[in-house]
Amino acid sequence: MTDIAIETEGLTKQFGGFYAVQGVNLQVKRHTIHALIGPNGAGKSTCFNLITKFLQPSSGKIRLNGQDITTTKPAALARRGMVRSFQISSVFPHLTCAENVRVALQRQMHNSFKFWKPESVLHELDDEVDEILKSVGLWDMRGAMAVELSYGRKRLLELATTLALKPEVLLFDEPMAGMSTGDIQMVVDLIRKAAEGRTVLMVEHNMGVVADLSDTITVLQRGQVLAEGSYEEVSNNPEVRAAYMGGHA
Amino acid sequence: MASKTSGNWKGWAQFAVAIAALIVLPFFLYPVFLAKVLCFALFAAAFNLLLGFAGLLSFGHAAFFGFSAYVSAHAAKEWGFTPELAILAGTVVAAFLGAVIGLLAIRRQGIYFAMVTLALAQMVFFICIQAPFTHGEDGIQGVPRGHFLGIVDLESNFAIYYFVLAVFLIGVMVIYRTVHSPFGQVLKSIRENEPRAISLGYDADRYKLMAFILSATIAGMAGSTKVLVFKLASLTDVAWQMSGEVVLMTILGGVGTMLGPIVGASIIVTMQNYLAEVGQLTLIIQGLVFMFCVLLFRRGIVGEIKHRWTQMRGGKDEPAHLSPGKATGETDGAPVTHG
Ligand SMILES: Nc1ncnc2c1ncn2[C@@H]1O[C@H](COP(=O)(O)OP(=O)(O)OP(=O)(O)O)[C@@H](O)[C@H]1O
Ligand SMILES: [Mg+2]
Repeated sequence: MTDIAIETEGLTKQFGGFYAVQGVNLQVKRHTIHALIGPNGAGKSTCFNLITKFLQPSSGKIRLNGQDITTTKPAALARRGMVRSFQISSVFPHLTCAENVRVALQRQMHNSFKFWKPESVLHELDDEVDEILKSVGLWDMRGAMAVELSYGRKRLLELATTLALKPEVLLFDEPMAGMSTGDIQMVVDLIRKAAEGRTVLMVEHNMGVVADLSDTITVLQRGQVLAEGSYEEVSNNPEVRAAYMGGHA
Repeated sequence: MASKTSGNWKGWAQFAVAIAALIVLPFFLYPVFLAKVLCFALFAAAFNLLLGFAGLLSFGHAAFFGFSAYVSAHAAKEWGFTPELAILAGTVVAAFLGAVIGLLAIRRQGIYFAMVTLALAQMVFFICIQAPFTHGEDGIQGVPRGHFLGIVDLESNFAIYYFVLAVFLIGVMVIYRTVHSPFGQVLKSIRENEPRAISLGYDADRYKLMAFILSATIAGMAGSTKVLVFKLASLTDVAWQMSGEVVLMTILGGVGTMLGPIVGASIIVTMQNYLAEVGQLTLIIQGLVFMFCVLLFRRGIVGEIKHRWTQMRGGKDEPAHLSPGKATGETDGAPVTHG
């Protein structure tokens, strides 16, 4: 096996005549935390959608552990150990918190087509569900519908659901968006812990978090890679500074 | 956990009372009418499995109900099948038909799904007009009710009622089990948030197809059973209006609740029965009642009662059921298409 977990080659996505992502070559090393940053509209989420196959690239190749996944279906990719979260909190609103996590765990039981079995067979997952909910501080909300949670807690629930799968490769699209300062520290710790022995690719606007967590940073601008390197290298890059000043002014 | 077990106990008690009521009901009301109600209630419950728990609005369920009716009628009349085998034949055919129509429609989203199912159901309708075995405008008449297991004569109206009740209970139990199963859990997650379910590794289309086939199968079972009650299979059962009627029953009673479609079907069938004299006016009155109910109870009758009840007790909605979620939102266009 190569030591590159995710690799893209000339990744390109066109919407009409507009290039949202253009010729991106990305290499995410195994067991590292890699951040994707850039101004709004740079194409970060599009990149995520391409890598996780929620969008089909216009051209270019994507590899997972050296194997071509350019035509793999998104659900199959998840079963191969690459799981993503979404930029806008993505929970199952009218399921309880416990059920949200349990649905993720359920897949490993290989019973998800069994319509003749009682739901009670899923109770064997209860302990694991409880433990996962405790790790994000949502255990006392386990019976509440996800729709009733505050935004920050929905994000925590989503994170818990993602981590429940123990995926080999994790993709987070702005995991800290809409979280309180206290929760951010908890999520940073959770991601750092989850990243042990795993590969993480994340999009994040909070530079403190990016500096704290990432081994490598790739800066995107207008669909193209502008710079890549450690936090020091990237933050001292004059082009990156200009892009950020321009992007926010 | 204690409240959960007591809830279960209460559930069983309610279930027992309901069964007892269903058993004594034909002593007070005309059994054939009651049997008709049960057939439509099962049809609506099958439809609700798809709309309420998979979030898919099919506008072609008459195809399964009506085509199975023909199959069951033909099997009973021409091949001399016993009633349970005739129903089985209709049900199996509905499963296959469901697989074919489902495969063609399942990738479409929202209103496109409804349109594709409608178009395919219309094709089934035209086959039923053209095929010789359906006898065109006449339909298949004089279908014998036969002997259950070759022994029990179903010719009496009481006998047929209890037979239909048994079929109804089997169908509803299959639906209940499906909704409360590992499969049902995944199905609900897909209804709630399809991209998220996919990102967890579930091939949403395969689960939706499975739900579609199950729903079609039970709809076919309901149609096959209705044939034995009325000794008749006709084009009415396979026409698009029937697809509309089942949407109406389900929404009226409450999408995504176990009891809602049953209540909705009872109301509509009763109304049609008592309004039969006024002829064409029936449709207008039905439409008005429907509009009135939808405006007043957005969740349907049962959905609304449940919602008020849980609010009154300051509790939360039961996890297994959907109140105002995505599925009901998607059905908002349905009455327009129907009217
Ligand atoms: N489905 C689509 N159709 C057309 N244009 C799209 C589509 N999705 C994204 N875009 C465009 O592609 C560009 C990149 O969008 P993307 O969401 O990837 O940006 P981003 O880097 O994630 O931004 P943000 O920081 O705001 O999340 C934007 O200009 C966006 O308008
Ligand atoms: Mg984005």
